[in-house]
Amino acid sequence: MDERVWQLMQDSFWQLLLPGLRITIPLTLISFSLGLIIALLTAMVQVANIRGLKQIARFYVWVIRGTPLIVQLFVVFFGLPDLGIVLDAFPSAVIVFAFNTGAYASETIRAAIEAVPSGQIEAGYCVGMNYVQIMARIVLPQAMRTAFPPLSNSLIGLVKDTSLAANITVMEMFMSAQRIAARTYETFALYCEVAVIYLLFCTVLTKLQTYCEKRMKNY
Amino acid sequence: MLEVKGIEKSFDDLKVLRGVNLKVGRGDVVTVIGPSGSGKTTLLRCINFLERAEAGEMIFDDVRYRLDAMTRKEIAALRKKTAFVFQNYNLFRNKTALQNVTEGLVVARKVPKSEAREAGLRALQKVGMADRADAYPHQLSGGQQQRVAIARAIVTEPEVIFFDEPTSALDPELVGEVLGVMRNLASEGRTMLIVTHEMQFARNVANHVVFMDDGAVVEEGPPEEIFGAPREERTRKFLQSIMNREAPAAL
Repeated sequence: MDERVWQLMQDSFWQLLLPGLRITIPLTLISFSLGLIIALLTAMVQVANIRGLKQIARFYVWVIRGTPLIVQLFVVFFGLPDLGIVLDAFPSAVIVFAFNTGAYASETIRAAIEAVPSGQIEAGYCVGMNYVQIMARIVLPQAMRTAFPPLSNSLIGLVKDTSLAANITVMEMFMSAQRIAARTYETFALYCEVAVIYLLFCTVLTKLQTYCEKRMKNY
Repeated sequence: MLEVKGIEKSFDDLKVLRGVNLKVGRGDVVTVIGPSGSGKTTLLRCINFLERAEAGEMIFDDVRYRLDAMTRKEIAALRKKTAFVFQNYNLFRNKTALQNVTEGLVVARKVPKSEAREAGLRALQKVGMADRADAYPHQLSGGQQQRVAIARAIVTEPEVIFFDEPTSALDPELVGEVLGVMRNLASEGRTMLIVTHEMQFARNVANHVVFMDDGAVVEEGPPEEIFGAPREERTRKFLQSIMNREAPAAL
């Protein structure tokens, strides 16, 4: 690799890392947090078998899982204005990623809840606890530990999926790479570089996951 | 203290309980014996509403309830006066031994934490598990887990404790420690209703034995009668088959 390309990669490193830290990471964390709340509610209404809400939950999961993420982004950002709902690019991306994460993670959480042996629920009733107390104190803490590795998967997946937001004008890391590549024609170098930064982010998350899993091992 | 009359329960087309009557007086230790599939466990689960009976009534502390028309409130209130020990212990796996014991006090009965802790340690002491108060269930043997489960049952000072085959899931060498704890509870005058396959225990500790077969009570009476001179052919046959199995171990 010649001197000039090497220099370009060094110069562009910060120009990529900065939108990474300022857009990609916040977009991921905000969307994922909201997504977890949606997922928990979606899973709970199914496990608790609340009529009406359960059907809505199934419908929501069915629609989100059955349609491409990028199409969802286009519907919200380019489509909704036709109905008079105009959203900025960043909030549009947050909404789509949150609901997308919510649908997938709700299935993870639902499975984890159902994996807690039902005998413990019966034991909870027998010591006088009610359903909400049993869920909050016995079932969910155990379910969350089971769900943690697959949820970490979803988080790592989302870091990379945020690159799709480039398509709806969010100036995140991949969009920045595209711009520099277009200007300098060094496509191979730039796209490899941005790939390495995504890899870096995901490596940090993987380490964090390992650390958290170790800490949860006490029971 | 506790009386049930005419309990009926089916699973799909299978009739599991065909009108069972049962009476437990204060301080009684009643054991229910019988072949597997006779409905013993289902009876116990119906009495504590883990299964819903289709018919029958219950008299608890002179209050009459219809088992097929219990409200959620009534069930919750009754459960706070009883305790249940499961075959598979069913300890809360995310809680320590002590937390398992205090959970019912702190969460369900709003007992202050320090008070609950003391009561919990006393209960653990009673079952010989005070030194493992901070252990999680997976760090304990089956016998130890069951003893913690018994501590969890007695800590709320229930009016009656239900035991559902409490030693059936244990390795043979661990059965003794659990039966020992139960024997102590009986000698303290606690009211206990026990479904068990431990015939020696039923014979020596219970003051009343109920033999069930095919979803109905076949015969009941004091242990010396049931074990010594059973009136019914089915009781004799059952006891014989059990004794034959236990004989080699007794040698």
